[in-house]
Amino acid sequence: MKFTTLLTSAAVALGLATGAMAEDKTKVGFVYVGPVGDGGWTYEHDKGRQAVEKHFGDKVETVFVESVPEGPDAERVMTQMALEGADLIFTTSFGYMDPTINVAKKFPNVKFEHATGYKTAPNVSAYSARFYEGRAVQGHIAGKMTKSNIIGYIGSYPIPEVIRGINSAYIHAKKVNPDVEFKIVWAYTWFDPAKEADAATVLIEQGADVILQHTDSTAPQAAAQEAGNVVTFGQASDMSEYAPFPRVSSIIDNWAPYYIARTQAVMDGSWETVSTWDGIKEGMVEIGEISDAVPADVKEEALALKAAMAAGEYHPFTGPLKKQDGSDWLADGETADDGTLAGMNFYVEGLDGEIPQ
Amino acid sequence: MIVLEKRPQPSKAWSYATPLVAVVATMVFGGLLFALLGKNPVEAIGTIFWEPLFGEFAFYYRPQLLVKGAPLVLIAIGLSLGFRAGIWNIGAEGQYIMGAIFGAGAGLAFYPLEAFYIFPIMVIAGAFGGWLWAMIPAFLKVRFGTNEILVSLMLVYVAEQMLASVSLGLLKNPEGFGFPGSRNLQSYDSAHNAELIAGSGMHWGVVTALIAVIFAYVLLNRHMLGFHIRLTGEAPRAAKFAGVNPARLILFCLGLSGMLAGLAGMFEVSGPAGQVSIDFNVGYGFTAIIVAFLGRLHPVGILLAGFLMALTYIGGEIAQSQLGLPAAAIQVFQGMLLFFLLAFDLLTNFRIRAARSEVA
Repeated sequence: MKFTTLLTSAAVALGLATGAMAEDKTKVGFVYVGPVGDGGWTYEHDKGRQAVEKHFGDKVETVFVESVPEGPDAERVMTQMALEGADLIFTTSFGYMDPTINVAKKFPNVKFEHATGYKTAPNVSAYSARFYEGRAVQGHIAGKMTKSNIIGYIGSYPIPEVIRGINSAYIHAKKVNPDVEFKIVWAYTWFDPAKEADAATVLIEQGADVILQHTDSTAPQAAAQEAGNVVTFGQASDMSEYAPFPRVSSIIDNWAPYYIARTQAVMDGSWETVSTWDGIKEGMVEIGEISDAVPADVKEEALALKAAMAAGEYHPFTGPLKKQDGSDWLADGETADDGTLAGMNFYVEGLDGEIPQ
Repeated sequence: MIVLEKRPQPSKAWSYATPLVAVVATMVFGGLLFALLGKNPVEAIGTIFWEPLFGEFAFYYRPQLLVKGAPLVLIAIGLSLGFRAGIWNIGAEGQYIMGAIFGAGAGLAFYPLEAFYIFPIMVIAGAFGGWLWAMIPAFLKVRFGTNEILVSLMLVYVAEQMLASVSLGLLKNPEGFGFPGSRNLQSYDSAHNAELIAGSGMHWGVVTALIAVIFAYVLLNRHMLGFHIRLTGEAPRAAKFAGVNPARLILFCLGLSGMLAGLAGMFEVSGPAGQVSIDFNVGYGFTAIIVAFLGRLHPVGILLAGFLMALTYIGGEIAQSQLGLPAAAIQVFQGMLLFFLLAFDLLTNFRIRAARSEVA
């Protein structure tokens, strides 16, 4: 109790002090789970940070700490940023959720933004992207490109976000190729090049000639390149260094517009708690260039699919769809609601295997 | 020509001096590294070592040193006893995880009951979990002569898989919307390892670490078992003649180090971390090995080394956000510390002499 007061008063005092010193310089902090050079998840968040710096120039100061473990270390890093006068702090990993809420309680005047979680508070917003829209495009291309009809999928953790991606990719692969089969390997990591490479190799040995990944490093791309005839997609970042083959397209997380908008809101004093879940339409999810390794007609279909989602005409989870156990999920023409999608813990009909529990 | 000459007796002066020399050398070469990265080395090193202790926000960082240092000290104390006797428990990270799983599991079994006896049960369960995990390499070594280094290390990876499994299944928060991770023990009063005095950083894990330091000191200096441990490490043949039972010693050392690592995990999960999650372990069990050696396997040395290590972590984070130093540079800096320690350790056992070439 006393400590909280102490922290708050220190923060207030500091807020006043910095306010007096640097009139309108807004300080924005970023907490990263991986290294900024991971080439995937953290790399894109850091690009968002750089975009904020570029957009606001002298009016903003950004700071970041990378490779912060989820848990007490994250709590300390956030507290440190708040103490040092940050006005807005982006915490960019699911595991930072409870620490973010804890720290936010101690610093009511600092705004927090937590990525991919579900908890909010008067000074904590949540934001995430509809990556599953990108997965639909990937699934379509994958279903068309596979010759062995076996598509390998490197899952990170069996959480709703990842399961959503698997379902979306599967539905759209199956649509264009009824014989397609998914093999899923759980890596239990977001970023571990060695493990990811192992997973890719195992899938390739099992006959997969398309690899989709929900992990952040380029190791699976390298493994596919070595194998020679395996198609991959960039994850979180474009990974264009592996284009035009094996990387034929990618899902790119574009956080820059959101980061700029939220920083602007703090500057204007119009910041409010929101739960943002944006997709292709808003530009938070982008489809990286589809390379020439993909036949022209497939590319055209994929782009049409993307355009339909961008226009809001098509939802990747549109009925009729059944769950894996054969029970009905969505009736003909019905689309999934966000609540079900947010907590998705089941496979759709046709996928093999069980979600690890 | 320079030759190394083995000292008849390890130098006492050097054994005390090497940690200090290593710290100084780390500062010099670390500073050089920071300079090469285009940062002001004096400012960077100052930030790492000064800011957490005496900087503007030291009131927050000082308690954090206890939070970060306590598990390191607690684990390192256990490891040091085995290391002294030549019993190499490299798997403290796994025992730490198992302690957390057992401790949190025991607490969550009572949820939402509030009772005074829940926390003590969790402490016992945590210690038991760590002990049990260490007993596997201990038993295999005693019974089949397997190498405890390999077995204990491999069991870390098994423990990590079990951690992922319980985070996704057995201990998953039923109100967590399908996301992995247990209920947060910080919001379950009976199971919460809260700060004893708010804002001090003092939680039961810190207290236990301090007790462990005293216990280890007394054991090594005043107790027959402690004498046997030292004897086995320094003169195995003499130990045999003195009637030391190696099997009993192995079971004791591995069991105790496992127990302490388990306790560290339990106090961490019920306090600062709050919940069992897939990425709960952040390497305390491995870092504690560095701490044990940095502290010369001496209880008081370990206490100091633990807090020095915590200082580099916390100072390192400050240097990252204030000066933009990359995380990898901080890790190299920490690595240098162990490297220089081992390098200068040579001087404890060897003397450097200038030799005439005709000798060769």
